Amino acid sequence: MSTLSRDEVARVAGLARIELTEAELDRLAGELDVIVSSVARVSEVATPDVPATSHPLPLTNVFRPDEPVAPLDREAVLAAAPAHEDGKFLVPQILEEEA
Amino acid sequence: MSAELIRRSAADLATALAAGEVSSVEVTQAHLDRIAAVEPAVHAFLHVSGESALATARDVDARRAAGETLHALAGVPIAVKDVVVTEGVPTTAGSRILEGWVPPYDATLVRRLKAARLPVLGKTNMDEFAMGSSTEHSAYGDTHNPWDLDRIPGGSGGGSAAAVAAFEAPLAIGTDTGGSIRQPAAVTGTVGSKPTYGSVSRYGLIALASSLDQAGPCTRTVLDAALLHELIGGHDPLDSTSIAEPLPDLVGAARQGLSGDLSGVRVGVVRELQGEGYQPGVLARFEESLEVLRGLGAEVVEVSCPHFGYALEAYYLILPAEASSNLAKFDGMRFGLRVEPEDGPVTAERVMAATRGRGFGDEVKRRIILGTYALSAGYYDAYYGSAQKVRTLIQRDFAAAFERADVLVSPTAPTTAFRLGEKLDDPLAMYLNDVATIPVNLAGVPGLSLPAGLSDDGLPVGFQVIAPAKADDRLYRVGAALETALESRWGGPILAQAPRLEENR
Repeated sequence: MSTLSRDEVARVAGLARIELTEAELDRLAGELDVIVSSVARVSEVATPDVPATSHPLPLTNVFRPDEPVAPLDREAVLAAAPAHEDGKFLVPQILEEEA
Repeated sequence: MSAELIRRSAADLATALAAGEVSSVEVTQAHLDRIAAVEPAVHAFLHVSGESALATARDVDARRAAGETLHALAGVPIAVKDVVVTEGVPTTAGSRILEGWVPPYDATLVRRLKAARLPVLGKTNMDEFAMGSSTEHSAYGDTHNPWDLDRIPGGSGGGSAAAVAAFEAPLAIGTDTGGSIRQPAAVTGTVGSKPTYGSVSRYGLIALASSLDQAGPCTRTVLDAALLHELIGGHDPLDSTSIAEPLPDLVGAARQGLSGDLSGVRVGVVRELQGEGYQPGVLARFEESLEVLRGLGAEVVEVSCPHFGYALEAYYLILPAEASSNLAKFDGMRFGLRVEPEDGPVTAERVMAATRGRGFGDEVKRRIILGTYALSAGYYDAYYGSAQKVRTLIQRDFAAAFERADVLVSPTAPTTAFRLGEKLDDPLAMYLNDVATIPVNLAGVPGLSLPAGLSDDGLPVGFQVIAPAKADDRLYRVGAALETALESRWGGPILAQAPRLEENR
């Protein structure tokens, strides 16, 4: 039984912002279907009375003193960027709109 | 001289350095020479920082000569997994998307290594973003197991384990999300320790799954692992999940273990972590180690952890879910690769998709898509929600088991090192390598792997010791006791039985 179709993999890859070639999509769809079918076993024991755990050790809110500390050096950070200008990251157009 | 130096443990080197028998420059140069001699055949390293390592070594020697009090491991060189950020030294996490990235800051654990003045030899190879069990998912080529260069060194930290096994470094840093320190240790005949979650700061680790990731030591002896764990561990205000209390006496526990007495220690054998799927030679060495533990005075009991059978499945929902979120930062905007789409408008969204399509490898794409799916509307409760419940059940299994035993034990990995390429086309078969290590991460408890001998194929087998949260000292006591008893049977360390690597001229 197929739980994850090729179309569904393409849709989720879009949500994850990963461009896939047709060949990649073919291969990943098959592999992911097998993996998803296998991991779905978790629902066998996940009964409503069992609480969920998101974290290995119990933690309450953790605060540090509200004291300013030096940030990373701007030049060093920008040096690692794909593009920068005027001390800022230079990025492509954010919203798709008519020019 | 240098051939002898590289085979010594970090503890021995530290003693020799403190006594002035050898200089840090000599020790560091000996390891750099070894790296030059066995790379790229082993390909443990992605980057070698020889000059800066020697500069640190010279500084240590000068300070020692001036009578300064130094950390016990000062001057002992170390290799660092490439998922740990190092200021001024390239850090890729094994991914194309970070090729050439030079971080502007150090991870907390790197700052501690530098403060203690350990020369950093370089950065070790790994599966891309630590996703894998064989180091075959590195974008920069495979690492080869020093026991047999045609075989995998484990993963994701195959580079760190191979570097230590090939005597390229006495110490290395690994990270372990589902077994990435312990499973490589098992298949390379070395020691690897995954501390309690929160024992070592995660600040500056390139996050894979934040609720599972822990950094820890990769070494050749249990005592060395304890020494390194004490150095890098302890509270860090920069990591909100860091445990705000002192570490147990780890080195003291290892030294106590070396005395060889385990009277009164209750050792629980996990019924579900053996049997089907485990290689006969692995189980044989495991049984022998249990006999040795009994001989040391330990009481061996069987415990059952019925939900461990669901751990792998829960892990492959929780990890991809967290990874899909953590890796969203690789968007081609602020660091790393940027790829523009071949046609159509050049918008941020399309640049991000093109960048990730080109920059991520197969396994990373698989897991991000799996995680995005598991978190998507309509599927969240069935997949991610259920996996989180399994996590509770596994924690309860551990709690019940630790009522009856002080430590739990199992084989670290179901098989010895397989051939490169053998499982690359079958993701589920690859995932099974971590079946015995994953429950430990899901519960946040500490686990250690040490060599248990060689299987009938002549390859190393790992023995896993698991302790309750914050009781990491038990790993080192039991591990050191077993190690010393096994080594006296073998007539020396297991790595003495490894074939000699051919050296470049």
